[in-house]
Amino acid sequence: MSATTATVQKNNPLTDPVRKQLIDQIVDQNKDRPGAIMVVLNEVQSAIGFITTEMQDYIAHRLQVPASRVHGVVSFYSFFTTNARGTHTVKFCMGTACYVGGTPALIEKTKQILGIEPGNTTPDGNITVEICRCVGACSQAPVILVDEDVIGRVKPNKMPQVLKPIQEIAE
Amino acid sequence: MAIFRSHVLVCVDPECLKKGAHDIMDALQDELVTKGLIDEIQVLETSRIGGCDNGPEIMVYPEGVHYVGISPDDVPYLVEEHFLKGRTAEKFVLKEKTFIDEELSAPTSKEVRIVLKNCGIIDPGNIEEYLAEGGYEGLGKVLTSYTPEETIDIVLRSGLGGRGGAGFPTGKKWQFCRATQEWPKYMICNADEGDPGAFMNRRVLEGDPHAVIEGMIIGAYAVGSSQGYIYCRAEYPLAIKTLNIAIDQAHALGLLGKDILGSGFDFDLEVRMGAGAFVCGEETALMASIEGKRGEPRPRPPFPAVKGLFGKPSNVNNVETYANVPQIIINGPEWYASYGTEKSKGTKTFALAGDVQHTGLIEVPFGLTLREIIFDVGGGIKDGKAFKAIQTGGPMGGCLPAEFLDLPVDYQELAKAGSIMGSGGLVVMDEDTCMVDIARFFMDFVQDESCGKCTPCRVGTRRILEILEGICEGRGKESDLDTLEMLCEQIQEDSLCGLGQGAPNPVVSTLKHFRSEYEAHIKEKRCPAKVCKPLIRYDIVDGPCTGCTVCARNCPVNCITGERRQTHVIDPDVCVRCGICMQVCNFNAIVIN
Repeated sequence: MSATTATVQKNNPLTDPVRKQLIDQIVDQNKDRPGAIMVVLNEVQSAIGFITTEMQDYIAHRLQVPASRVHGVVSFYSFFTTNARGTHTVKFCMGTACYVGGTPALIEKTKQILGIEPGNTTPDGNITVEICRCVGACSQAPVILVDEDVIGRVKPNKMPQVLKPIQEIAE
Repeated sequence: MAIFRSHVLVCVDPECLKKGAHDIMDALQDELVTKGLIDEIQVLETSRIGGCDNGPEIMVYPEGVHYVGISPDDVPYLVEEHFLKGRTAEKFVLKEKTFIDEELSAPTSKEVRIVLKNCGIIDPGNIEEYLAEGGYEGLGKVLTSYTPEETIDIVLRSGLGGRGGAGFPTGKKWQFCRATQEWPKYMICNADEGDPGAFMNRRVLEGDPHAVIEGMIIGAYAVGSSQGYIYCRAEYPLAIKTLNIAIDQAHALGLLGKDILGSGFDFDLEVRMGAGAFVCGEETALMASIEGKRGEPRPRPPFPAVKGLFGKPSNVNNVETYANVPQIIINGPEWYASYGTEKSKGTKTFALAGDVQHTGLIEVPFGLTLREIIFDVGGGIKDGKAFKAIQTGGPMGGCLPAEFLDLPVDYQELAKAGSIMGSGGLVVMDEDTCMVDIARFFMDFVQDESCGKCTPCRVGTRRILEILEGICEGRGKESDLDTLEMLCEQIQEDSLCGLGQGAPNPVVSTLKHFRSEYEAHIKEKRCPAKVCKPLIRYDIVDGPCTGCTVCARNCPVNCITGERRQTHVIDPDVCVRCGICMQVCNFNAIVIN
């Protein structure tokens, strides 16, 4: 946890001119739309990768809504994350077909390889492991997502091969 | 538009791109120019033909021949054989797979494709291909020859019901919204397909986005709306991208925006993205989410047709409902109503998943039996195993056992059997599935996705989950079953929205049809399907084990010991029952007890 907090402070997007400008741009483009909060948060999440409490306060201030409303929305939806994530994300689909198709065994194998439970990031800040809802690729179950790529019909003994490319990039 | 005798679709999925799909495209273009065929044969980009493992791959239409493993050097031979000599170049034809598309194969004889008509056939990124298939003809017909009332009447007579799961007559919904004398009115498409095991809507949005857009414009004309929203879940980035491209193209041709096709009717459309909350598939929660709030449902009435998005009258329909509309307008309501059963008209798309031979999307008329769907369309159970149960309607649906196989599938019959149609996920389970574990899995899902507004749903689902976890771990008590039944009843009765009301369904249906499995877990501390980890142990059988050490090397907790060429032993106290040893063993020497 402390490692994650440190990463956040080091990468505070509000003190980084490039990313702050990006956030401002997103707010300016969308602030007059009906229901702007969701649109802004979605775009900030995908552009920056997370929305810290400070960022929520800033967005609330810029949209002229109470901070509690922004925080309420961020905490409601599972897509919004408040902590910095690893450079890469491995998501395990927990849809029915994938669950029946063997996702639990894949998670077990991943724990062995990376040494972390789902919901955590490797100490070097490289890989975040998560469980996600059905990605709708049920005909290829079990499915995992490595960053944006959907990988289907994964077997536990294929996990090292799947993780290798993103592990290597870090090295 | 130029007419081509043949189309070559080149797969440009990431996998095929890596293997040089663009080189193949260039080589094809060059060769077609050289051979003077460029005016007869068109080369297009596509995705998901389904043979990326052996890529690069191309598909040639109208024949539907699937070539794989080609290099640019093979292209002249291929063009010569296929397009000049008119014979299939056998050595590149994909042989192993009988299925062309992982998700969508050629329709079987029991299928009728209305919603999926264009999926996998046209290029979703090119509006002209949709137009060539008769696209936007329905819109043209409506705007030039029908009044809004006549349009509603046609949809009403077709018998089209809401495909989001409830089956409420679409025409009636439109009537209510039209009757409300307040403006603006909003047209909303519910593309928040959150049920695990369902991907029908994703495929339609990715494969034929204009059908949904056209259906929405027709609906907007009928109810008198000038602004629409498509609320799509964030898990579907490709669908969102495809929709946005389609909307831009429709704008460019004057099919969206001001004065559509010179009729004086205005309508605009915007895609809004969800953020991973299952409950937002409920219409009032969905509208709250578009408004930029927490996606919590609210009581109805007032119904959206009276007070919906931003407090204004709104009409919410599912992706599949809208996609049916253009076809109904073109072919007439009688044609549509000729499919299906007395009370459920038309067709329904289903996502067939789980332990069935051919997983993927299907579209069948209502009234087909579960047996026909699983065995005739789906090819039966995988690996020759026995059918155990089918789960219909997603996490709020029910699990039906073998005695319901001859049930004709429509809204009414499924409800009678204690399940629901839902959005159309069908998950087939074989004999190796533990029904208590499945009930636990669904309860884990709904308790996590409960928005927390109503206490019965928020707390009750949590309590049910705890009891089910106890049963799966061998801590079940005989009184648990009564407690479960009581909780289920109360949650069903006292929850506000469909999520809470439906949440207990998997437990209720498994308790009803598979009670003996619950009893085996509780009384005998035994999992009959050998799934619940605390109730099973893995052992290595003396005879078949050759001491090859594969299991020991793959064990994540290193609990397997033994000398090379000697029978190995699993330490049950350390073993985490992951089953990896059993999967990697080449001699079937590992058994579950």
